[in-house]
Amino acid sequence: MASDDVWILGISMTRFGKHPDADLIDLAAEATMNAIADAGITMREIGVLAAGNLRGGGGIGQALQKQVGQTGIPVYNVANACATGATAIRVVHMALRAGEADFGLAVGVEKLAGAGLLAGGERAGDSAAWAPQGRFGAVGPLDGRIGTETMPGVFAQIGMEYGHRYGGTSFELFARISEKNHAHSTLNPLASYQRRFTLDEIMNDVMISYPNTRPMCSANCDGAAAAVLVTGAALKTLAPEQRRRAVKISASVLTTDPWEEACQVLPNVNTLTRNAARRAYDTAGVDPEDLDLVELHDCFATAELVHYDNLMLCPEGGAVDFFNSGATWRDGSTPVNVSGGLESKGHPISATGIANIWEVATHLRGEAGDRQIPGARVGLAHVIGLGSACGVHILERAA
Amino acid sequence: MPQTVPFVDYLVLGERPHLVARECTACGARFFDRRNACASCFGTSFTQVDVSTEGEVRAFTIVAHAAPGVPVPFVSATVDCAGTSVRANLINVAPTPEAVRLGMKVRLALTPVGVDQAGTEAISFGFEPRP
Repeated sequence: MASDDVWILGISMTRFGKHPDADLIDLAAEATMNAIADAGITMREIGVLAAGNLRGGGGIGQALQKQVGQTGIPVYNVANACATGATAIRVVHMALRAGEADFGLAVGVEKLAGAGLLAGGERAGDSAAWAPQGRFGAVGPLDGRIGTETMPGVFAQIGMEYGHRYGGTSFELFARISEKNHAHSTLNPLASYQRRFTLDEIMNDVMISYPNTRPMCSANCDGAAAAVLVTGAALKTLAPEQRRRAVKISASVLTTDPWEEACQVLPNVNTLTRNAARRAYDTAGVDPEDLDLVELHDCFATAELVHYDNLMLCPEGGAVDFFNSGATWRDGSTPVNVSGGLESKGHPISATGIANIWEVATHLRGEAGDRQIPGARVGLAHVIGLGSACGVHILERAA
Repeated sequence: MPQTVPFVDYLVLGERPHLVARECTACGARFFDRRNACASCFGTSFTQVDVSTEGEVRAFTIVAHAAPGVPVPFVSATVDCAGTSVRANLINVAPTPEAVRLGMKVRLALTPVGVDQAGTEAISFGFEPRP
């Protein structure tokens, strides 16, 4: 319990799914108050707040304070696409490391039930006269004319590109990844979907963007997650039970794309994830084979495959064999997305990067109930926000 | 003969239609959009270069659901044109997993987008299978 370590003292997520009667503030407040209670402190001790939300009106941090406790502390409203939650954690982590506060709060919340495709809304209509506009000098909207801008389509290509490079991919292979995550979520009472889908059901569901059918896409839903972080120095002063349940953040890393050929043509989610993973393993002194569980950003089934490789859970180019070996099922050597992942637990964008950490932390505390990975000591949580930003956190249970 | 305009400014029409890229004179990185500086080496000097009209499909998807107003299904792809990656639709090929293959050899082809109120036709590009 070194003084400059940062720990998770309390953490919580709401049920992911439809919350028609709760607004953003209700969901953020529920996650926050549960995380604060889990930490055994009050809003009075919190010295810094980072809050993420993409689809509300902005200023979610202050709006949350007005419902749960206004103490005058600095608020950082953060936005980093699907990495927003991890970014909130990262901001609080940096503030604590910098000595700015002893306790900090990170919150992410989204209302996304019924939001459709994440396609960037409706394509604008063509204007009455063709006139070049924007950075490509285009006379009309590009989506559908110069490739696709939908998330299912972009991530489908990312999975297909892996198949082109290394071989072995197929529609069925990607569908079986989704089958795994939907099977896992049957044990997660907070997941949006808790029903097991058969492989046939997955492959014969509505095709969204080949090879991703609907259940192979992240589930749009409502939800929030929150975490209370504490410095190692402050943790030493707390009660034995708080120290026992605290989870160590052994690495907290955020990366963006270094420039590479093609990275501005088709988003490259590989290099920045690999860079984040490498730095996280180095910082934590942990090897991929040490991981007892991994929550990674399966925004689409095609994405999960490439991240086995990017997080170095398998040899380079070996993701297909790795999956086929059964390694990533909950009884395998490296259980991946035992929560059900984004495909089944759901993906309320800004909450995801904290909810993934909640899942790992809950196993490390031995409090995951029916889906507990026995004896879990170290785990990794990963998110990608297209654009791109990658967050990787390595967590370890208290000794 | 109605007047025509390219759908994007990096498409050159005429007898030999092709794409052009902005190439960094310092490091050779290529870009299709208007540039402030090079994202690779931060240089600010660019020259316009022709992009090969022949390439190979490095990744594709068959989009079945898109934003309202976008006709589906269509094939979106990343095409490797002699080392320069290009985003485009695949055209003149059935939008089915049987007809489209990774590694497929393709070439640039033009496709009409529509005519505006002044009678000007916008022409875009895609890639079609090479015989």
